[in-house]
Amino acid sequence: MMQEAALFEYILRLSDDSLILGQRLGEWCGHGPILEEDIAITNIALDLIGQAISLYDFAATLEGQGRNHDQLAYLRYENEYKNALLVEQPNGDFAMTIVRQFFFDAFRLPLWEALMQSPIEQIAAIAAKSVKETRYHLKHSSEWVVRLGDGTEESHQRAQDAIDHLWRYTNELFYENAHDHSLHAAGLVPKLEIIQAKWNQTVKDILAEATLSVPAHNWKFEGGREGRHSEHMGYILSDLQYMQRAYPNMEW
Amino acid sequence: MTQAEQERHFNDKIAREIKIEPNDWMPDEYRQTLVRQISQHAHSEIVGMLPEGNWITRAPNLRRKAVLLAKVQDEAGHGLYLYSAVETLGTDREQTIDDLHSGKAKYSSIFNYPALTWADIGAIGWLVDGAAIMNQVALCRTSYGPYARAMVKICKEESFHQRQGYESLIKLCNGTPQQKAMAQDAMNRFWWPALMMFGPSDADSTHSDQSIKWKIKRFTNDELRQSFVDATVPQAEILGLTIPDPNLKWNEERGHYDFSEINWDEFWQVVKGNGPCNKERLEARIKAKEDGLWVREAANAFAKKRALKKTA
Amino acid sequence: MSTSQWPLWEVFIRSKQGLNHKHVGSLRAPDATLALENARDVYTRRSEGISIWVVESAHIHATDIDEAASFFEPSDTKIYRHPTFYEVPDGVKHM
Repeated sequence: MMQEAALFEYILRLSDDSLILGQRLGEWCGHGPILEEDIAITNIALDLIGQAISLYDFAATLEGQGRNHDQLAYLRYENEYKNALLVEQPNGDFAMTIVRQFFFDAFRLPLWEALMQSPIEQIAAIAAKSVKETRYHLKHSSEWVVRLGDGTEESHQRAQDAIDHLWRYTNELFYENAHDHSLHAAGLVPKLEIIQAKWNQTVKDILAEATLSVPAHNWKFEGGREGRHSEHMGYILSDLQYMQRAYPNMEW
Repeated sequence: MTQAEQERHFNDKIAREIKIEPNDWMPDEYRQTLVRQISQHAHSEIVGMLPEGNWITRAPNLRRKAVLLAKVQDEAGHGLYLYSAVETLGTDREQTIDDLHSGKAKYSSIFNYPALTWADIGAIGWLVDGAAIMNQVALCRTSYGPYARAMVKICKEESFHQRQGYESLIKLCNGTPQQKAMAQDAMNRFWWPALMMFGPSDADSTHSDQSIKWKIKRFTNDELRQSFVDATVPQAEILGLTIPDPNLKWNEERGHYDFSEINWDEFWQVVKGNGPCNKERLEARIKAKEDGLWVREAANAFAKKRALKKTA
Repeated sequence: MSTSQWPLWEVFIRSKQGLNHKHVGSLRAPDATLALENARDVYTRRSEGISIWVVESAHIHATDIDEAASFFEPSDTKIYRHPTFYEVPDGVKHM
């Protein structure tokens, strides 16, 4: 029973990360720096929304309360969302969006790779599908980090500013609590320290290629995984939930 | 070949339904007409992303959110295909886009109307895409090869656009009275602008005649508008929505629906830039281009550096 | 203003194993890597392909339209290059 609650929370983190980042990327649609990139960002958003649907479906089964993916996505209170603070940060300029995406992809790819080995069939299946999507996302965001970093003086500065700003949110990606420890003990999910080592390597390699520096400061924020969000989250939810809250119990 | 021979050769191809291709000789005016029409079409796709794009973050469930994202993304793709077709005529994309931003080039006036409710997203799919498809299906046979090929691709991809809008309205019309009222309100606001999408009536259309002769356009504005009304009325009946036109009536003799005169004052006002959202739409596009400038420059600078490294 | 415009690329897609790459359209990209990614995002949204080629449009050489007659019409008269040119008695099989 304990384990089911732990797993439910674990899956919510994955799905909320996908949903909220997908929601943020959706804001770009129609406003990208060039049509080709507008289309590319929307593809990433679509992958993330698709992941969120599969993950919420699985979470709903685990919960066994008869909720469906939309009820989980749309009808929780802010403190019930478990996404990392990183994904809810505003799009900012294109550098901010790309760096946020890169930090996230570099975390998500090794995580999916490890989750493909999970003995829980549904998780392994979702991971097997998502890993391909995320591998492409990481390729795309890395390409752009390198281009912005090693492009013009202005793009270099903007990319470095984005890294310096978002750095404080990256440690939380590797947050774990007692629930995680019980899942590790049962061999159901990987320990995040393994993922973190890979993340560190990817970030180090790509930033080096991009002639960008890894921030020296170690100031870190946490809270999202426990349902304590930034001020941005309320605005995200007021958009996301607008229809469901304004017109309760209707089908669309 | 002399100019006259080339012209005869060109007209002969048009008569025999042989497509004109990018490097073929063509009259300057044919080229200009194409550039104007295709770029206007491309701009409509791109500006058309904005009213619907506003609703992506507010889509009422995850399925609708994904559908809307995919649809608006398709519009970006279609704009891109069409800008590419314009490029084959020797006008590059940046120039074409700058003409939009300076106000020199037009786009479909429908996108200057606001999308106020979720039902508007359904109405845009059903009525606006429905009207666009009427036009586009006809254009699959247009005389200029790259334009025709782009249209074939676009029509294939757009076939889901109208259906998803209609499906979404079915949900509303079979839902609560509040939902049904929302759908009717959207119908009331989008019906006339949708009819205006076919452009001025044939009598007032400056470019129509020559375009038909060159087979750039295959049907006149009024013919397409009539086909749209005829196709749409029965669809509205299935939804149980009332078309906001007291004079709408089946005319047995003509075999078509009669409908009221369009409010042409409104049409020309919106075309001239005085619609509810003209200013916002253009500003959003100009901002996207300007905000993206440093990004495009960065990628160019990077490519140059890497090319140098390779040759060094 | 034109400094920021990316070069034009032509996109060719193999829709499935066993078929040629076919020209599907063009796009703008700063370099080959992003041209391939943009082509993937723009032209294979509906599973249209399993392999992509991109070529910078400036690198494509085309026949001159004014020379089309001298390039292509001479082969029209070489009808003996087609099997229908030859008569074979009715009874002959597998030919």
